[in-house]
Amino acid sequence: MTRKLLTGNGAAAWGARLAQADYIPAFPITPQTEIIEDISIWIDRGEMDARMVTLESEHSMITAAGSAASSGVRVFTATSSQGLLYGMEMIYTVAGWRAPFVMVNVSRGLSSPITLESDHNDIMAARDSGFLQIHCATCQEVCDSVLMAFKLAEHKDIRVPAIVNLDGFYLSFTREPVNLPDSDKAAAFVGEFDPENLQFKGSAPLSQAMAVLGGGPYSYFRYEAHLAVQRALSVYDEIADEFADTFGRHYDIIENYQMDDAEYVFVMVGSFATKAHDAVDSLRDAGWKVGLARLRVFRPFPQERIRQLLKGRRAIAVIDQNISMGMGGVLHSEFATALYGQKDAPAVLASFIGGLGGRDISQQEFYEMINELKQAADKGVCPPARLLYTQNELTEIRKLQAIAQVEHAEINQK
Amino acid sequence: MIKESPVHFHRMKDMPSTHLLGTGTPMCAGCGALEALHNMYDILGEKTVFVNAAGCMTLLSVYPFTPFRGGWLYTSMASAPAGAQGVRDAMDILLEKKKLSEDDNMEVVVLTGDGSAYGMGLSSTSGAMDRNLNFIYLCYDNEGYGNTGQQYSAATPHAALTSTSKGSHGYPGFKKDLFSIWAAHHPAYVATIIAAEPLDLAKKIEKLQTMKGPRMLIALSPCPTGWDYDPQLSVEIGRLAVQTGVWPLKEYIDGKVVHTKIPKKTKLGQRTPVEEYLKLQGRFKHLFHPQRDEQGIAEIQARIDAYWDKVTS
Repeated sequence: MTRKLLTGNGAAAWGARLAQADYIPAFPITPQTEIIEDISIWIDRGEMDARMVTLESEHSMITAAGSAASSGVRVFTATSSQGLLYGMEMIYTVAGWRAPFVMVNVSRGLSSPITLESDHNDIMAARDSGFLQIHCATCQEVCDSVLMAFKLAEHKDIRVPAIVNLDGFYLSFTREPVNLPDSDKAAAFVGEFDPENLQFKGSAPLSQAMAVLGGGPYSYFRYEAHLAVQRALSVYDEIADEFADTFGRHYDIIENYQMDDAEYVFVMVGSFATKAHDAVDSLRDAGWKVGLARLRVFRPFPQERIRQLLKGRRAIAVIDQNISMGMGGVLHSEFATALYGQKDAPAVLASFIGGLGGRDISQQEFYEMINELKQAADKGVCPPARLLYTQNELTEIRKLQAIAQVEHAEINQK
Repeated sequence: MIKESPVHFHRMKDMPSTHLLGTGTPMCAGCGALEALHNMYDILGEKTVFVNAAGCMTLLSVYPFTPFRGGWLYTSMASAPAGAQGVRDAMDILLEKKKLSEDDNMEVVVLTGDGSAYGMGLSSTSGAMDRNLNFIYLCYDNEGYGNTGQQYSAATPHAALTSTSKGSHGYPGFKKDLFSIWAAHHPAYVATIIAAEPLDLAKKIEKLQTMKGPRMLIALSPCPTGWDYDPQLSVEIGRLAVQTGVWPLKEYIDGKVVHTKIPKKTKLGQRTPVEEYLKLQGRFKHLFHPQRDEQGIAEIQARIDAYWDKVTS
């Protein structure tokens, strides 16, 4: 084991290296680019035995990732935001090929307005594709999750691609100490890629990714993929235990903090959960029975575990760093789906949207959320969804708008 | 995979007598694209992976049937060359690691229509050539989005009626010169072919088998449903496309373009007039009915003449 100071991007690249990926189809996009730069340097120096090719778009990159995995090699790739959406046709397509490979997505807000900073609308757009999704909160977790994702995606009962998600800037460019697994141990943990029936061989004719006619066969293959993704829950548990036995770090499907006696619960995904973590500490000091549930595995969605975990709690705040226009937070509606009609489900499942495009969620805002949860629970009425925005931010945007108006007026005069 | 054979195909008698592509596909009767694929597949042989882009040929492999004795992978309309990149790279990695024997190696062939090749797929095709991908690319060009009912594409010739150019003058644009666009990338090989000239086609396939790198083919593919003619005329229309000079058979190799079949001139010093080709097809009927559009026909003829004047001068 080596301890290194790594960015989230560096940790992702190390994950690919330690998993001994054979093939890296690539395309640069901020804030992901460091991943493919690191890998390319290692390949050039002979430190990583892999082939890397830069495609001319993410659409092509994901096609090549899927077709190479379907030809029998271990594939790693990475993207972000606009790139993920540019390749979205192929995200769905290669998942349907049942091509197991691992892609890191470095979350970044979607255009428009165009931005470089982080939120989760990009990764949520891949929600229904058939990719597994693991969301990380630390750089250590990024490296470890890449290793686990390969094992999960390639498992004989699953065989679908997986996304490991990390937040742009907050993780991608933040250096943290990371314990890098020994390469022999990591290789033994992930194991050799068994292509099973996925390969093209002169002596073994095979047509893949064929068309179907009619809803019967189509539904069958779609259901099969869905069931495979669902099976990943129990397989994940086995893999997480094995990972813990080997490397001493255990990652649950849902990471719980101070949940044993919690009456109030923050629900989040990603690195901002570390902010909620701090808020829980402060609130506990102030006498609040509050906990944090950070969802690590988002696809498959662990419905039954969420029911068990949240049963009997007073009120839940689901904090979404995404926004489904005209609906609200994606995570919130998924939790509502899991909890609706369940015995002892919390009466209050409040929705808060924040942290869009790199916007912070301050400690003060967590305290406000708890106050709102308590009031709602006392009244027994779920509050309307809140779009987090402070008076100060509003003042700042009004200033920008005023400048824009002056600029516009000046240009019109000329 | 490189073959070092001298040219075997001198006469029609030399052509393969076994046909590899299975029968019973849902292609239309008289499909000029299927004929070109047949001819090509017979020469390339079974150790071929076809990486297909959305188009008519997508329906060749419909679960659980496939006419291919080798490999097949359907990708998308835009990214078949990227699919070929992944397959080729994976096989090369496996060969290097001795996980695939040289005997099991396969030739990777992209199969796309003109809708993909001339438009949506051009970026990924260009990228594959930039990367000097070792593959074969077959564009079956039926001059329109055939699988969706023949809307005009960037491959549609001037004046052709399509289901999105039904006006009295047909398609106002001009067929894009994809051959030159490809050749500007300096790939190993570019050629035009047509199934109605199987010997020319066979010689070109045989030649490209001796090369590595991007080997690019455009097959003009007469299309009874899209071009509106009786399916039995497919071969005749194909031959006329060559004889009238509408479809120049040529190849780009080592920086030079060579015409492999120059249309013969009659005693009067004329090539077969283009109207012989046009009048067999419903998509050009407005040039002849209700009255002859002398100017329109003359313009088309003039463009063909200008092309060949440059070639033969």
